[in-house]
Amino acid sequence: MSVMEGASVERAVSPWGLRLRRFRRHRMGMASLVILAVLVLFCLAAIPLQMTGMDPDATDLFARFDPPGPGHLLGMDEAGRDVLLRLMVGGQISLLVGLLATLIGGAVGIVIGILAGYFGGRLDTALMRFTDGMIALPLLPLLIVLGALDLTKLGFSQDFARSGAAGFWRIVVIISIVDWTSIARLVRAATLQIRERDYVRAARAAGAGAAYVMGAHILPNIATPIIVAFTLTVGRVILFESVLSFLGFGIVPPTPSWGNMLNNAQELVTTAPLLAVYPGLLIFVTVIAVNFLGDGLQAAFDPRSEK
Amino acid sequence: MTAFILSRTWQAALVLLVMSFVIYSLIGLMPGDPLDIMIASNPGATPEVVARLRAIYGLDQPILYRYAHWLLAAMQGDLGFSRTHSQPVLVVLIPALWTTCKLMLLSFVVSVALSMVLGIWAALKPGGVVDGVVSLFAFAGISVPVFWLALMMILLFAVKLHLLPASGLSDVGNESFGDYARHLVMPVVTLALSSIGGFTRFVRASMIETLRMDHIRTARAKGNAEGRVVLIHGLRNAMIPVVTVIALSFGSLFSGALVTETMFAQPGMGKMIFDSILSNDFNLALSGLLFATIVTLFSNLLADLAYGWLDPRIKL
Repeated sequence: MSVMEGASVERAVSPWGLRLRRFRRHRMGMASLVILAVLVLFCLAAIPLQMTGMDPDATDLFARFDPPGPGHLLGMDEAGRDVLLRLMVGGQISLLVGLLATLIGGAVGIVIGILAGYFGGRLDTALMRFTDGMIALPLLPLLIVLGALDLTKLGFSQDFARSGAAGFWRIVVIISIVDWTSIARLVRAATLQIRERDYVRAARAAGAGAAYVMGAHILPNIATPIIVAFTLTVGRVILFESVLSFLGFGIVPPTPSWGNMLNNAQELVTTAPLLAVYPGLLIFVTVIAVNFLGDGLQAAFDPRSEK
Repeated sequence: MTAFILSRTWQAALVLLVMSFVIYSLIGLMPGDPLDIMIASNPGATPEVVARLRAIYGLDQPILYRYAHWLLAAMQGDLGFSRTHSQPVLVVLIPALWTTCKLMLLSFVVSVALSMVLGIWAALKPGGVVDGVVSLFAFAGISVPVFWLALMMILLFAVKLHLLPASGLSDVGNESFGDYARHLVMPVVTLALSSIGGFTRFVRASMIETLRMDHIRTARAKGNAEGRVVLIHGLRNAMIPVVTVIALSFGSLFSGALVTETMFAQPGMGKMIFDSILSNDFNLALSGLLFATIVTLFSNLLADLAYGWLDPRIKL
């Protein structure tokens, strides 16, 4: 890039343009974005396949553990189901759980953090003690108990409690219940910094209400660390989903997820080891890409980083 | 300092009390009922008999009453009876607690030692080749599903290479120290790898920050050897935040221990909690979860106190 070109771009660029440009220079971040795009396309490829009549849940007991061949590129699993198609559909579920639980838990974290940071005082103390208490809990055992709850005892109907939708939303909700604490702390710290800036005080002096100040002045100015934290949370949630589904307290078969495809993995390791490798490898690649993406975003958003 | 210790201890106790009620209520919402096995194994149980049984065991009382009853007994050391082990809960719990503590402490030592070496090495030349490789390793450690890592270890070292045993504490009839150690290798390595990534990144970041400070330049200018500058002048200052974060995450090792114990069939707390929830062993699940909470709360408390001790600016 010549000096002239650099100077002409520098002049007109917006903060977000600048961040985008910095991000594009982060090699691992860009590579992760490409990998994630490929993974999403891979998972969505199940939709046209299902329209041609392929069924991820259809079992064929004569085709158990069939090796890869035409029509079944990765072979068949222990119940004679197409492994490749189940990986695609399972990926949709795992990614969707990751995104939804992050959005819901993140929203909870933002609300708690911004209220604590903006109002301070007793509300701050109470909310942060609650957050500290939450952080100090053993998360996985707690998630397992929440995953094992009998929904009918909570007043849901028997039909709903047994449906696939209930299994899906249950895991989204329980992960959001436990995984909002890091975002709440981050939002509170960022809010504390912004709260006393001149433009926020000016807005308050001009008569702006708390809700307006928080929405119009504070949130937009703490957006970048929130985006980074959301990204990293997606990776963590996908790991939580996979281990819960693997242990049998998450997404329940026949609905596939990358985690529950490994349910029988301990026996598979001796009989059909590749079946135990694929789903875990996909989880691993997805989460590492998400984490590198977060790292790249953080570098791009950091005003101290050069150019 | 005394006030600080007291306030933190008081807070931890309060969290424990609240959590004991939350866990008690959650256990009550699990499928099944403490009496269902008794009723199922007795075909003559009429609704009247069932109702009388419920009254005898106090199951018809409101939850707050039952909780208070349980709490009073628990504080006197009576945690009830495990129905799958047919033994008092404490008899089952204490050996399991010991197994888990051993696993957690060993992995903790391994991962702290390794992450210090890797983190400092990477920080010597940020952006260099070593830094790149260490970063990749650290990201891999954060991103790998622990249960899958355990599976792959079993696949490689037990199934393919026949080097290490895949499960249990020791071979039947073999009581030697070497055999115990061999059975611990894979669980400890797996659990250590699950926490090493985060530690390494933190040591590296803290070290890079410290090495940029003025006093490091002064130390170099005085003619100190590079090794002395890094290890004495750098490391000591970089350690303050590192110690806190690492101590704080000791408690979170428990989640990893649950997975590791389940995968390698180690009879520890994690596996016990998992099994007790699967088999509706209510008393054991309740006490197991409570002890898990105590372990994490206690290690977080120690981390808080360590921070207050290391950094005299923290005062309450």
